[in-house]
Amino acid sequence: MALSSPHITASVVAAVEYPDLVQQYRVTGVPKTVVNDHIEILGAVPEASFVTQVLAVGD
Amino acid sequence: MHAEAGGPVDLEAALATIATPVTLVFFTQTFGCETCVRARQVVDRVASLSDQIRVEEFNLVLDNDQVDTYGIQRAPAIAVVGDADTGIRFYGVPEGHELVSLVESILLVASGDSGLSDDSRAAIAAVEQPIDIQVFVTPT
Repeated sequence: MALSSPHITASVVAAVEYPDLVQQYRVTGVPKTVVNDHIEILGAVPEASFVTQVLAVGD
Repeated sequence: MHAEAGGPVDLEAALATIATPVTLVFFTQTFGCETCVRARQVVDRVASLSDQIRVEEFNLVLDNDQVDTYGIQRAPAIAVVGDADTGIRFYGVPEGHELVSLVESILLVASGDSGLSDDSRAAIAAVEQPIDIQVFVTPT
């Protein structure tokens, strides 16, 4: 998604190395995706669903 | 890299075929970063698989311009940069799944093609506000 838009950035975070972020975003399982600090997507989801959930941040 | 279940081996072969330059911009920290050295070793190993992959290293504390340019908050961090910065970052040592993701992202950046469906591309093209996606992972 980051590749397709200049407005989107994407980070992969190694959870074990950043316990402070794990606590801040309440990561209890992986993969967990956090969009603009507030939308949460749990687990690996199909592309179409993932894109829809990420873009819902603008609604 | 270890040969694991068909994946990484193929990825290594794929890396050897990339035809456009990709830069791994690596951010380290001299003190208080237990994993920075290990992360740099992985970055060097990945870069050794292709003449097209270059590594630049900056210091999270000292190199403020680059830290700002790439929006880096922690070390170790890797920005995967092609012709332009694509906004793809990796935080921590890329091991296991994260290593596979790093290699895949290099391939994507080199190809310039996200591999997404037409529907996804159309939806993403309409984005006008900043969206920051963080994916938390573990090595296995």
